[in-house]
Amino acid sequence: MKEKIISIIEAYGKDASRLMDILSGVQSEFGCVSDEAVVVIAEQLHISEVDVIQTRSFYHFFTSKPVGKYAVYLNNSVVSCMMGMADVADEFEKQLGVKFGERTADDLASLHYTACIGMSDQEPAAIINDVVFTSLTRDKVKKITAEIQAGKAVDEMFTDYGDGNNSNPLIKAMVRNNLRKTGPVVFDAYQSGAGLAKAFGMDSKAVIAEVKESNLRGRGGAGFPTGMKWDFCSREAGDKYVLCNADEGEPGTFKDRVLLTERAEMVFEGMVIGGYAIGAHEGILYLRKEYKYLKAHLENVLKEMQAKNLLGKNILGKGFDFDIRIQLGAGAYICGEESALIESSEGKRGEPRNRPPFPAQKGYKNKPSIVNNVETFCSAARILDKGGAWHKAIGTMESSGTKVISISGDCHAPGVYEIEWGMSIKEMLEMVGAQDVQAVQVAGPSGICIQPSQFDRKIALEDLPTGGSMIVVGKKRDLLKDVVLNFMEFFADESCGSCVTCRSFNMILKKAIEKVVEGHAIQKDVDDMAAWSEIIRKTTRCGLGQTSANPIATTIKNFRELYDARVKNLDYQSDFDLQKAVLESCEVVGRAAKVHE
Amino acid sequence: MSETVKFTIDGKECQGKKGQYIVDAATDNGIYIPVLCHMRDVVPAGSCRICTVNVNGRKMAACTTPVEEGITVECNTPELTDIRKAIVEMLFVEGNHFCPACEKSGNCDLQGLGYKYQMMVPRFPYAFERREIDATSPKIFLERNRCIFCKRCVRMIKDSEGRSIFAFKGRGKTLEINIDGKLAATMSDELAQKAMDICPVGCILKKEVGFSIPIGSRKYDKNVIGSEIENSHQ
Repeated sequence: MKEKIISIIEAYGKDASRLMDILSGVQSEFGCVSDEAVVVIAEQLHISEVDVIQTRSFYHFFTSKPVGKYAVYLNNSVVSCMMGMADVADEFEKQLGVKFGERTADDLASLHYTACIGMSDQEPAAIINDVVFTSLTRDKVKKITAEIQAGKAVDEMFTDYGDGNNSNPLIKAMVRNNLRKTGPVVFDAYQSGAGLAKAFGMDSKAVIAEVKESNLRGRGGAGFPTGMKWDFCSREAGDKYVLCNADEGEPGTFKDRVLLTERAEMVFEGMVIGGYAIGAHEGILYLRKEYKYLKAHLENVLKEMQAKNLLGKNILGKGFDFDIRIQLGAGAYICGEESALIESSEGKRGEPRNRPPFPAQKGYKNKPSIVNNVETFCSAARILDKGGAWHKAIGTMESSGTKVISISGDCHAPGVYEIEWGMSIKEMLEMVGAQDVQAVQVAGPSGICIQPSQFDRKIALEDLPTGGSMIVVGKKRDLLKDVVLNFMEFFADESCGSCVTCRSFNMILKKAIEKVVEGHAIQKDVDDMAAWSEIIRKTTRCGLGQTSANPIATTIKNFRELYDARVKNLDYQSDFDLQKAVLESCEVVGRAAKVHE
Repeated sequence: MSETVKFTIDGKECQGKKGQYIVDAATDNGIYIPVLCHMRDVVPAGSCRICTVNVNGRKMAACTTPVEEGITVECNTPELTDIRKAIVEMLFVEGNHFCPACEKSGNCDLQGLGYKYQMMVPRFPYAFERREIDATSPKIFLERNRCIFCKRCVRMIKDSEGRSIFAFKGRGKTLEINIDGKLAATMSDELAQKAMDICPVGCILKKEVGFSIPIGSRKYDKNVIGSEIENSHQ
């Protein structure tokens, strides 16, 4: 074991900042990063064992105990649950004879739950040994588990590959693009190298001016003006870096999956343009582990670009060098926050940094860096080709261009749509064929939950901003139980824990919403929840933390009647559930579990 | 060398050095902004959020925000005081804190803030988490029930080669403070004492000594936490 680990460490130049890759290598080789492996890694990198453990224990896909030969990671996020996840989970447990969180006695298979894997348009979905299985049913699970028991390789379990590049020999995934509407900026036909050639015909200042002129704002959700970000970074001296955030972890988001499948070259081209604009020569695409099935394809695109001289040394003969490497994540929502993403790329826990300094001043390896979303880089490539003024003319005054949105939940046509900013929610619902809508969750759990009287509102940074997630919730759903509680469980799991308010309040709020759902809450509990959500918003360090109470805050605001209908009309109700607490002992002595009425 | 800047805290004219964190500049001007994770001249963690102040109307952590010319800082508004009290209460319900039995009682910053904000009964339900005590290292106990995740030990206590003796493990609800058995065994008495001293609560305790300063003669037994700063300028 030791020799193998050492060879993995040496493959990354014995560099502690590549700890993520080292742990990934060890995890896939041995099915875990055991405590024995930690000792070897710490010794070789000359860091303490607790520093190896702190990274290992932060990420969902690193485990200290071995996973099964077939490790099933079933998505238990909101849309998966809506689409029948419970049956699928039940069937897996029945067929394999173990519960989720367990491994079969012969070590053949293990069952795990995982947060949104970016397949909300084809749920329920699971990842088995890096291969994605979509639209699962009890019958499909029976087939998969039979093949697991027969020892069949996961990538040989199916041949009905998805559309477009999903059937590319380097991907061979059953994933479907579900690309239902293309637009002029991202999905329109693109001539390879077009934006890059135009950019190289200008000086770097003019490139930034063009991006500023386009009014492009960050597509990850926060909407920071891209040109301004690039401008700040370009003013700094020394080595710089370009990072692409391909860690879309917001439940209900899957648009970057399709962009990386069908528009990878455009993304990379955008990164080269960004590098040219700020004066960087190295780029990193931070790819979420859930999309590892795209890695070989993405690496091949990089190779092809090098062959076309769109990447590497002396690009297009203009004397500019730029290289891109792919950094794999390991399952942590918070790494979608730009400074957490940088920390993770340096091999550390994905904890957001304090600002100042901003990444544009001190980013990756403490050097000035820009971090932009996949879609932002795509848009930048198009903008350089077509011009800033062309882009600015699309969309609304404050939100220029198009937005690629991922729509899922209770609708006829879930999928990816490139729309012009400014579309109303009503128009969106007509577009996807949604009827009997109770609510729309705009921008995922960290966004807001709106009700039908608000459906005239527009998808735009000045009204309803979104990074891409749109979840339609039908009238048949129990909004508080099926949606809000699930979201709060998600945040309690995914908080990095570093900052007090996000770590602890989300646990408290999760218990509070449980109390409401179980019917034990009183009016005061709901008022408290609203007040406590405000404290999180006001005091938490990072943007994701600040919005983590939104599932509760926005439903109390927009769906107060659902809370009122569930609370008891009492002045006081203890948080302690005596009935529940004595349940086990009552069972032991064979007494009815009724303490008092 | 460094440029002097003028600003106000709760209306009081203050001076500081450009780039200095608000919390340190406040201390230099005799104004106490409560902290649990911050220590002067140590890279800030910005994790306890108790130093949250309004900077030009916006909520910022005073331990990570530098002073700038002309800024208006509000520290003691009813809203901010309530937020601080809420954070103290939250830390009390999150861990398992039994002051009367704690060696740190009277020297504990969390307890000190509990008194300062006159915490009676926390507004939040207790978590009653089970946390393990680690007594394996020769020099110190790690009493995880009292840890508030301030990261002072993580940031400041290193071995002779700069390696971490303390680090976080897990995330969110599974987060805990972890100690490196091998490196902790090499700790000197001085380093063990330092680890205990910087711990704002009673999580890190030095073995073989206890109550060497009797209850009644400790830092916050007769003085409210922060009063030493407030009195320094009077």
